Amino acid sequence: MTDQLNVNMSNEDIKKKSTKKRSQYLEVWRRLKQNKSAMVGLLIIIILILSAILAPFIAPYGIDDQDLLNTLQTPSKDHWMGTDNFGRDIFSRIVYGSIISLQVGFISVGIAMIVGGSLGAIAGYYGGKLDNLIMRMMDILLAIPSILLAISIVAALGHGLKNVMIAVGISSIPSYARIVRASVLTLKDQEFVEAARAVGTNNTRIILKHIIPNSMAPIIVQATLGVAGAILSAAGLSFIGLGIQLPTPEWGAMLSSGRQFIRDYPHMTAFPGLAIMITIFGLNLLGDGLRDALDPRLKN
Amino acid sequence: MSEEKKLLEIKNLNIHYITHEGTVKAVNDMSLELKKGETLGLVGETGAGKTTTALGVMQLIQTPPGKILSGEIIYDGEDLLKKSQTELRKIRGNKISMIFQDPMTSLNPVLTVGEQIAEVIKLHQNVDNSQATEKSEKMLETVGIPKSRSKDYPHQFSGGMKQRVVIAIALACNPKLLIADEPTTALDVTIQAQVMNLMNKLKDEFNTSMIMITHDLGIVAEVCDKVAIMYAGHVVEYTNTKNLFTNPKHPYTIGLFNSIPNIKDDEARLKPIKGLMPDPTNLPLGCPFHPRCPKAMSICSQQEPCRTEIYKDHFVNCFLYENVDNKS
Amino acid sequence: MSQKLIEVKNLKKYFNTQKGLLHAVDNVNFYIHKGETLGLVGESGCGKSTTGRVLLRLIEATSGEVFFEGKDILKLNSSEIRELRKEMQIVFQDPFASLNPRLSVSEIIAEPLIVNKIYKNKADMNKKVQSLMNTVGLAQRLINTYPHELDGGRRQRIGIARALALNPKFIVQDEPVSALDVSIQAQILNLMADLQQEFDLTYLFISHDLSVVKHVSSRIAVMYLGQIIELSDYKSIFTDPLHPYTQALLSAIPIPSLDIKREKIILQGDVPSPINPPDGCRFYGRCMHRKDTCLTKTPELKELHPERFVACHFVHNLGLVK
Repeated sequence: MTDQLNVNMSNEDIKKKSTKKRSQYLEVWRRLKQNKSAMVGLLIIIILILSAILAPFIAPYGIDDQDLLNTLQTPSKDHWMGTDNFGRDIFSRIVYGSIISLQVGFISVGIAMIVGGSLGAIAGYYGGKLDNLIMRMMDILLAIPSILLAISIVAALGHGLKNVMIAVGISSIPSYARIVRASVLTLKDQEFVEAARAVGTNNTRIILKHIIPNSMAPIIVQATLGVAGAILSAAGLSFIGLGIQLPTPEWGAMLSSGRQFIRDYPHMTAFPGLAIMITIFGLNLLGDGLRDALDPRLKN
Repeated sequence: MSEEKKLLEIKNLNIHYITHEGTVKAVNDMSLELKKGETLGLVGETGAGKTTTALGVMQLIQTPPGKILSGEIIYDGEDLLKKSQTELRKIRGNKISMIFQDPMTSLNPVLTVGEQIAEVIKLHQNVDNSQATEKSEKMLETVGIPKSRSKDYPHQFSGGMKQRVVIAIALACNPKLLIADEPTTALDVTIQAQVMNLMNKLKDEFNTSMIMITHDLGIVAEVCDKVAIMYAGHVVEYTNTKNLFTNPKHPYTIGLFNSIPNIKDDEARLKPIKGLMPDPTNLPLGCPFHPRCPKAMSICSQQEPCRTEIYKDHFVNCFLYENVDNKS
Repeated sequence: MSQKLIEVKNLKKYFNTQKGLLHAVDNVNFYIHKGETLGLVGESGCGKSTTGRVLLRLIEATSGEVFFEGKDILKLNSSEIRELRKEMQIVFQDPFASLNPRLSVSEIIAEPLIVNKIYKNKADMNKKVQSLMNTVGLAQRLINTYPHELDGGRRQRIGIARALALNPKFIVQDEPVSALDVSIQAQILNLMADLQQEFDLTYLFISHDLSVVKHVSSRIAVMYLGQIIELSDYKSIFTDPLHPYTQALLSAIPIPSLDIKREKIILQGDVPSPINPPDGCRFYGRCMHRKDTCLTKTPELKELHPERFVACHFVHNLGLVK
């Protein structure tokens, strides 16, 4: 009993003592920097973003440069990751693929965050019947397995990058709605929100200026982990042939096309698989690190 | 103070917290003593180092960031700082107990209050389950709760009742020293009066010595035999309760008295201490109080004042009362 | 002094809870003269904070009337309330929770000016923010700092500056100093007294600390379980408390002095639950003078002498009145 209390108390002490001049985000960054695995995650993400931006300069070959004389080559000096069944350089395709993965990841999370976040904020702030209506709709969405939901959306809307992003986005709306609603519920009874009402602030401004900025921490964490999930879902959709179609160098699609050669030429599946794995790994490390850095009370 | 039957003696204790912001000197060169059956008040504002002192005595300072740099804590003739963790566990809750400020968080919500009292008894005494249960029910009755409620969970009790349970846990093994960290701050006035009344009664009954940590000079007047006033990790005045209330000497103590609205007389304005508590990572040189002190002299910003015994048993850390040379 | 700025009549606020109807404020009547401070004391859960919030319509009342300058403000529609907010403000208890941690000092103080569109010109607004900071004793260099960088006393000054921004006539002080250390508490109390003088403010000062309430108030109301049980000038409450609860409350305060020796009245038991309270006197269970009548008939707040109100059936018979 006493030991546990001591932990709480000294934490408070430390918090009191560390009231130095420093904005809160700088404080978060300082804590994040101390977390080695989060830094590894961040490094992976930075490399990924750089390779997406600088793809034309990094990739030694074009996306669709077929070299039919050199198909299915194992890794060598000319082709670091070998070539595929059309003689395309796998390394180049993975570099170009990072653009698509990042697009899918960030845009679909963006869709989910904006739609789910607004729904959650409205449900939490106004409560009552509106809350019930919105959250029951979210429950229905949650009751359908997300990959199944994405499959049906893609099936309805058709293939293509845009539709994959919409599908993955819609299927992760409920989780953002829930998170935002929960933090709005705790924040709306805080005294500073009451203070804002007391000076005559209207509801829209209260939500946008006083509630949302204070509920960013769990949203940021969820978004980071969500990007990983979205990339994975998109790859999964492409793998089963419902997502982005070849010859677009999407990692899941590449994985799928290498499947028939997996016995003889495992490098065709290994490298796209590794790319997916490392990216997800990096995002998850960063997400966990952010969670600890944004809420130091969780970790001790 | 006299040599007879010292229960606790703190000598030159220094406790620091080492954080990325810098070193917080939470307790500096503290020396206090406590005789059997005595109650010592530890008074100060937020960040004065009261709780750190208590956790230091209990050896519950979290390391890192906390660290006991030097000093001795002699309890019953033995230095607690030289004890192993196993030895300390036998002392905590058994010979030295602590009551925390918030009764809401210091009880385990999933155990009945009877189980929580019995747990301490089983830990420190060689008894079987039924004896422990019997003893825990007796303890509940001692603190004024019918034993029929020993199977109730903490949430079924009010704040004042919970604090009674905490007191029962603390006193279950008949400790010689009880450290109470603001035990009534979270309670309402009428409930506070009940709990203080109970603590006074039990202290006499069990002949327990007590360290009472508080910011309320009213409580000091009611329960303490002697008082240490703390400011920014330093004991600035240390004397018996009578001297403190009739003849306070340190400018900070006087400032504290002037800051409290007087319930008996009318005053148009309070006379607060000017300024703010110093940044604990960056205490001013010399006397930590000098930037806020109405009687500060040039020496106060250069040197730290030493403890001066101005009358018998009345110690003040202030240059006003050191030898006359410094005054000029 | 005699002009009533606020008059509260039969005010009730019940909350629906899972266990039943919580009588937070139950038939409360009082008035506040222009320029005075009415102290509202009571223990936690007695409904004092709810009363303050109902007055500002931060919480909607169940029934009753609240007159502000002769107008029943409980009947105003939402745009009229927004106008009313300029006249009535609140300072909160917790200087940590009452300031948005994402906004800087200047943004917090400017918020009321922005949402009420007081200034067209940004420079004028900044000037007003600076002058407000001066008024409450905040150094200009703190203008771009964030609340978490400041100590409790300074945060409370920010809260006061925000409340003053719209030049209100009436401020509800909801335990404004109870989270502060005594030396800082005294600074804030002095500041509030100065502001009251300077801007001719009327305060409702809510607190559980009787010595603080006595220091600031001209009259004091004591609340117990949603009802006012005694109301009179600040002196009489302390020299000559009439209600048994007031007497016990006064005797329970630890006084920082060795000279004053008092007989303590230790009340038995806890404050009963405000959910579905029974008829009769709410204090019945803990009262040492109780009689059978108290169990069946609720005592009303009656004016015993001019400006001295008490709610007890036996205040005459028990020799509680000298």
